[in-house]
Amino acid sequence: MAKVFIYPATSLILSDLVARYGHTPLSSAIAIRERVQTAGIESAPLQITPEEPKKGLKWAAVEVPSGVRGRMSLYGPMIEECEAAIVINDADLAFGCMGCARTNELIKFLVREKGVPRLDLDYPKSEEEGVQFVAAIKRFLDGLGGGR
Amino acid sequence: MTPPVRIAQLSCGPEYSGVQQEINEAAKSVNGEIFFPDIALKDIIKDFNEFGLDVRSPDLKLAIARAKALVEGRIDADAVFIATCFRCAEAAIVRNELRRYIHTHSKLPVVSYSFTERTTAGTLLTRMEALTTIARRRALLAREVQEGITLGVDSGSSTTKAIVMKDNQIIGTGWQPTTEVLQSARDVIAHALTEARIKREEIDAVGTTGYGRFLVGRDINADLIQEELTVNSKGAVYLADRQHGPATVIDIGGMDNKAISVQDGIPGTFTMGGICAGASGRFLEMTSKRLGVDITELGPLAMKGFSRNVPMNSYCIVFGTQSLVNALAAGSSREDVAAAACHSVAEQVFEQQLQEVDIKEPVIMVGGTSLIEGLVHAMGELLQTKIMVPKHSQYIGAVGSALLASGFIRER
Repeated sequence: MAKVFIYPATSLILSDLVARYGHTPLSSAIAIRERVQTAGIESAPLQITPEEPKKGLKWAAVEVPSGVRGRMSLYGPMIEECEAAIVINDADLAFGCMGCARTNELIKFLVREKGVPRLDLDYPKSEEEGVQFVAAIKRFLDGLGGGR
Repeated sequence: MTPPVRIAQLSCGPEYSGVQQEINEAAKSVNGEIFFPDIALKDIIKDFNEFGLDVRSPDLKLAIARAKALVEGRIDADAVFIATCFRCAEAAIVRNELRRYIHTHSKLPVVSYSFTERTTAGTLLTRMEALTTIARRRALLAREVQEGITLGVDSGSSTTKAIVMKDNQIIGTGWQPTTEVLQSARDVIAHALTEARIKREEIDAVGTTGYGRFLVGRDINADLIQEELTVNSKGAVYLADRQHGPATVIDIGGMDNKAISVQDGIPGTFTMGGICAGASGRFLEMTSKRLGVDITELGPLAMKGFSRNVPMNSYCIVFGTQSLVNALAAGSSREDVAAAACHSVAEQVFEQQLQEVDIKEPVIMVGGTSLIEGLVHAMGELLQTKIMVPKHSQYIGAVGSALLASGFIRER
C-alpha cells in the first residue's frame, strides 16, 4: 500500500479511486479532517491561522504571497510524505479545483522534484477518453504494488 | 436593530492566509456582514470568459464571475470588499480591474485590500467602517451646509485638531501635536472654544474622527464618531466648494495616506496606505528635523530647490533618510534635499496609491502636509494638474466632523 499524493488535491473522485485500488490518498480532505478533529479548533472545514503561512516558509520564501504559503503548509507535508503521485492537468472545476495558480505550479514542480513514481494525465474530454483515463489510473496504482 | 450591511467578498487567499476571521470581525464590528456571492459552477466559466481577463488562478476566475453577478444584479449586496494576497501580481491586476469594473458599472461602494498573514481586524476597521457608512448613511453624507453650533475633533496620529462652526462658518480652531490622546483633545477643544468665544454648553452637536475617535468621542460624549475617509471627503469638498460632481481627495497623513475618488461628496473608491513610512508625512517631519528647519519652512525651502539633483525614492523611511544624509554629505544644497524629499513622498503616493483610484479633477489636497508647498507642487507635477488646497485644509477632519455632526441637531 503506497501513499499517493493527488493533484488536484481537492478531488474527491481521484481520492476515491486511489482508496478503491488499495492505496492511501494524500489529499486536502486529510488536511481538513486533521484540523476539524483537533481540539480547540472552532470552525470547520478549513481552520487556518496566521501560523500556517509561517509554516509554509519551509517551501516558499517570505516574498511569496501569504495565500501560497498557507496552502503549502497543507500540501508541503503531503508531498514530503508521498511515495507516488497522480497529477491531472487542466481538470474541470467540478472534478477538483485548487484556487491559486502559483501554488499549483509550485506543487507540480515539487512533486516532480521528489522523484517518486508519477502519473501525469490530461483531464478527459469525452466518454471514451474518460474510460482510458480511469484505466490508466488503475494501471498506475496496480503497478505500485501492495494495493488491492 | 438596524439590519447589517451586506458586504460581498471577492477574494483569493484570505482563508489560506489565516485572515478570513479578521475580515469577518472587522465587518461585524461596524454592523457589516461578509458573504460570498453564491453562483453556479457553470456560470463561473461563462462569466469569466465574458469578462475577458485571462487569469489562471481559479479563485480569481471565481472572483470575476462573482463581480459580474453583482454588477448584473443577479445577487444583491450593499457593498463590495475585494481582497487578495499582497505581492501577487496576477491578483493585483484582477483586484484593480474588478474595483474599476464595479465602480463604473454599479453604485456599489467598493474597497480593495491586499493582505498578508499579519493583517488584523484593526487594520481593516477604518475601511470597513467607511464602506458601511457609505452604504448605510447616504442621508447623513448628503449634508452640504453646517447648521447651529457644532464642534468637530480630529484625533490624528501626529496632531489633534478641533473646529467650532456656527451657521456654516468656522469661528474657532485648535491644533497641537498628539501626545496623550485625551489631554491633547481637551486642549485643542479649549483653544477652539476660547477663540470662538463659545461655552461648551452652547455646542449643539459634536463629531469626532481620526485614530483616537472612539476614545475621544466617548470622553466628550460625541453625537457622531466617524472614520476619516468619509469625514475627510465631506470636509474637502465642503472647504473647496466642490460639493457636486467628481473630485479626488488626497490626504498624506502622519501615519497613513488616503486617496479618495469622490462623487457629490461621497467616496466611491478609496485607498488607505500605511505600510511604508517613506511615503508619509512622518518622513517630511524627519527631513525638516535633519535640515534644521521647522516643518512649516520645509515647503518654501523645497520650492527653491530641484528634486532631480538628489536621488531619493524609497518606500522606507530608514533608506529615505540614508539618501538624505548621503546627499547632504556629498554637498547637495538643503533646498535640493528638501525638494527631493517632497518629490519622493509624492512619488511613493502616486505609485502606490493613486494608481488604485480614478483621478478626476479637481484634485484636492488636505491635511497638515497640504501646507507644505513643495509637496503640493511635486504632486501637481506628477499628476499634471493644478492641485487645490482649500483654506483650513489642515483641519479637514475636524471640519468634516463639525459639518456632519450638525445633522444630529434636528434629530435631537
